[in-house]
Amino acid sequence: MKEKPFTIAAFEGFLQEKKLMGSRCTQCGALWLPPRPICLNCKHDQMEWTEFSGKGKLAAFTVIGVGPMPMIDSGYNRDNPYCAGIVEVEEGPRISAQILGVDVGHPENIEIGTPLTADFVERGSWHFVEELAKNKKTYLAFRS
Amino acid sequence: MARRKRKLGRGVAIVGTGMSAFGIRPDVTNRELFAEAFLEMRRSVDKEFDPQDIEALYIGNCGAEMWESQTAIGALCANEVGISPRPALKIEDACASSSVALREGIMGIASGMYDIVAAGGTEKMSTLSTNWTTMALACGSDTSYEGAAGFTFPGLYASMATAHMERYGTTHDDMLRVAIKNHSNGALNPKAHFPMTIKEVMKMRIAKAKEKGTPIPSWADEMAFLNDPRYNPVIAWPNTLFDCCPVTDGAACILLVAEELATDFTDTPIYIIGSGQASGQNLHDRDTLTSIPAATIAAQQAYEMADVKPQDIDIAEVHDCFTIAEIMAIADVGFFREGKEAAMAAAEGKTARNGIKPVNVSGGLKCKGHPVGATGSAQIVEIFEQMRGSAGARQVTGKDIKLALTRNIGAHGTTAVVQIYERRQ
Repeated sequence: MKEKPFTIAAFEGFLQEKKLMGSRCTQCGALWLPPRPICLNCKHDQMEWTEFSGKGKLAAFTVIGVGPMPMIDSGYNRDNPYCAGIVEVEEGPRISAQILGVDVGHPENIEIGTPLTADFVERGSWHFVEELAKNKKTYLAFRS
Repeated sequence: MARRKRKLGRGVAIVGTGMSAFGIRPDVTNRELFAEAFLEMRRSVDKEFDPQDIEALYIGNCGAEMWESQTAIGALCANEVGISPRPALKIEDACASSSVALREGIMGIASGMYDIVAAGGTEKMSTLSTNWTTMALACGSDTSYEGAAGFTFPGLYASMATAHMERYGTTHDDMLRVAIKNHSNGALNPKAHFPMTIKEVMKMRIAKAKEKGTPIPSWADEMAFLNDPRYNPVIAWPNTLFDCCPVTDGAACILLVAEELATDFTDTPIYIIGSGQASGQNLHDRDTLTSIPAATIAAQQAYEMADVKPQDIDIAEVHDCFTIAEIMAIADVGFFREGKEAAMAAAEGKTARNGIKPVNVSGGLKCKGHPVGATGSAQIVEIFEQMRGSAGARQVTGKDIKLALTRNIGAHGTTAVVQIYERRQ
């Protein structure tokens, strides 16, 4: 069966189905999350889709009061900040995601290494043009 | 892969530099800011110089499309400064735009195509609100994944800070020491966006409270002020307002000439002897979260081309868009060991104007300001003045500055440019 192309749109399509999908190099076995069409390890271009468990741990983070427009439009601001972080998934790769279920009021209490599980949130698109920004999409998040 | 030592086809020298005043400049556009820098560059050339001799213009600009709704500003800038119909090239690599533009200008001369070129950058950022400017800057991240996660630029660097804290025990106070140092330098820079020390900022806040009749604050010292969330709020934890560079309008311009022509323009040219540039990955894709791999590679290239070592460098201007960025920068270029040694350098006075390795004597991006597409060339303006002893009140003394370095980063490390400069006379 021909694989879906390894594009951002395909990744986002899987998120909509609440699946965390990445690519696996059929030559060297390297795993890529987010997915890539070309293996950075062996430069081979034959990939296959693979589902990740959604389990990971926090590798770095921040708590943001002034976010980009899609976050502001979702109701986040200085009085209602959110956590964004780098998550190392149990299969190895790292990915960026909003982090839910952590104490954003006391970021000093948020610990690197905190176990996390994939979650999915809906918000507007990243765009300067309003008519495109209002298109809702499913985004990756992780929850403590 | 065969690897050979990179070198320029022929030598290139800097013979003039200029910079606009940095700050909020509501009445001027990008091209006018650039003209201000260009005119100062013209005046800075010691000997006779006809601007008509400039054969090409290389302009760095990050986001005129977003901040000014204006594209194609290369030609606009060339026309504004009277050098049309010379070719003009606009280059965008986020906050490294003008270093990349300058490097293209260097290669234009090194290739033999041109003898004399102008290179620089301009950015007009104050047009949009804080929210939209945050968004415009965050467009320099990988918006499909990093932007999608809600990351902003203060947030991406804040994440590097949390990783640095976890790995090395770096503290937020270590970071704030960078801000204190760079404000103490920038206070002496009349073109800086905020030319005042942190102590002067504190005095200003007290005066403001008196004027408004609100309770008069008092702090034991600068650190107490910087740790007071009423006056130094969190932007993206652990980054507070004073960990972040300001949003600045400004421009800079550099005149580059072939080495054999340099003394026709000045008796003290500054030679570019090392130039490195590398591209990098998204933060989550890097092997390390506590340094910028592209910058390490660019620095290695520059040192190798120049055939000098980190300990040979007398002064440096490095990319301190956030305080943690300077802590990582001085390790990436090999001045200090990554970790606590680099984190403590500001606190221990090692990177102060009179320290063993003065860093960001201009005030850095932190205090001088960060008009993103102009920053790389503005770093070189400071290096040129310091190396020629014309930096006025902030001149580094007690040191013969023969070798200097700049390290400019695009976005959160997806572009890095490191260059080394030499004064021979």
